[in-house]
Amino acid sequence: MAKIIVVTSGKGGVGKTTSSAAIGTGIALKGHKTVIIDFDVGLRNLDLIMGCERRVVYDFVNVINKEATLSQALIKDKRTKDLFILPASQTRDKDALTVEGVQAVLEELAKEFEYIICDSPAGIEKGAQMALYFADAAIVVTNPEVSSVRDSDRILGILQSKSRRAEEGREPIEEHLLLTRYHPGRVALGEMLSVSDVEDILAIPLLGVIPESEAVLKASNQGTPVILDTESEAGLAYMDAVDRLMGEERPLRFLEVQKKGFIKRLLGG
Amino acid sequence: MTDSGFRLKGSVVTTILLEIQTFSLDDIVFHLKEKIDQVPHFFNQAPIIIDISKMKRGITIDEFDVLIQSVSALGLGVIGWRCDPEALPVWKALVKIPLLPASKARAITTSTAEKEEASPDVVVKTVVEERLVPQTTKVITKPIRSGQQVYAEGDLIILNQVSAGAEVLADGNIHVYGALRGRALAGVKGDVEARIFCRSMEAELVSIAGNFMLSDALRNIVWKDSAQVLLVDDSLEIVPL
Repeated sequence: MAKIIVVTSGKGGVGKTTSSAAIGTGIALKGHKTVIIDFDVGLRNLDLIMGCERRVVYDFVNVINKEATLSQALIKDKRTKDLFILPASQTRDKDALTVEGVQAVLEELAKEFEYIICDSPAGIEKGAQMALYFADAAIVVTNPEVSSVRDSDRILGILQSKSRRAEEGREPIEEHLLLTRYHPGRVALGEMLSVSDVEDILAIPLLGVIPESEAVLKASNQGTPVILDTESEAGLAYMDAVDRLMGEERPLRFLEVQKKGFIKRLLGG
Repeated sequence: MTDSGFRLKGSVVTTILLEIQTFSLDDIVFHLKEKIDQVPHFFNQAPIIIDISKMKRGITIDEFDVLIQSVSALGLGVIGWRCDPEALPVWKALVKIPLLPASKARAITTSTAEKEEASPDVVVKTVVEERLVPQTTKVITKPIRSGQQVYAEGDLIILNQVSAGAEVLADGNIHVYGALRGRALAGVKGDVEARIFCRSMEAELVSIAGNFMLSDALRNIVWKDSAQVLLVDDSLEIVPL
């Protein structure tokens, strides 16, 4: 039985797609057959981050409308074994997603894959609700600032009331907090909420803290999931998060302000 | 288990009891009609039980049938009858409506019935068949998230936090055992005795029976600490607990 994980946030631009790509890749690196679905119909981005935009022929909406088979639409990742991407349509809108259609696709994927990652669009409307409806677990991506935290709180309410698990009265969706774009220096100056502030407001278990890093932007532009950049703090922090998702214990790191060394200061690094 | 297509369940309904003391059809109909005209909405199609256990003189089957018809004609629904089990009439099997067991319930004489003293032939009583205890207290164990709204007809007890942007309302009191960061409105139907209790006061708004206070004001009184909110002479008091 496949585990369906939705990566969601409410607010836009907090790093949902970056996190979906990184975590999906991380799970596949551990040898689990994984597929990442882009639910952001009309604003497809996942294929760019994954560097497979030129290989998109058929998409998620084509499969829902039975214009293509799943095997035609699935793109096999070139770098990571066991990883597949189901891209979103760029030309359609969220109304193309139907509960029955999404369910049929997920059921077919569940036969073949161990993990299904649903990259949710921003907002709380149909696209986002469709992405989370069938989820078993949710990764709530949050930036350490009040509006992002407020929107995450809102999406947590929707997870607990409008998901299939909630409607059927089953065990609630497992919730994980992923704090991204964390800047220890700005937290120290009081310009950003701290990890404990966010944990206090949202009151859900912390999956990981991803430090703000230039490596993320660089990786996105290159179409490589940042988790493959094992030199970067962000990549390592994502790997820690994947380990925790798999039930391993990992201490939090990159939460402290790093003191610049003499040479680094001299070079203006 | 549920292949039969239906479920049998017990249910308790509040009904009206028509207690006949002396049988005089015209009087009964006249006075009953008078009552119905006072509050027609209340009596319209209301279920009613005819009780003849207090009758000093017996009643014939014909008289009883006419009585049932007359009461039905007034727009009431006769759902059964009652009689002293010691003095059941011989015609009891001929009555088409169910014979109900004698009630041990407490009779509440309505205020309109008290005015009835002048003509004691007919006494209309509202009888609560059993003490139906309504589920007035709502207990919530999960956090109330931004954008969610919870309402309780009685008291509302929340064992978790109420997030900013969430709203909790109750006709009665509100207890919040996590942080109260959203809006809490107690006594929304006007109960001035209602109160709000919380472990950590960080609310956007608190209100008792429509008298409210915003977070700006709350900050100066109690903030991030346990508190209760109550109404004293039409003004809100925030008291540390």
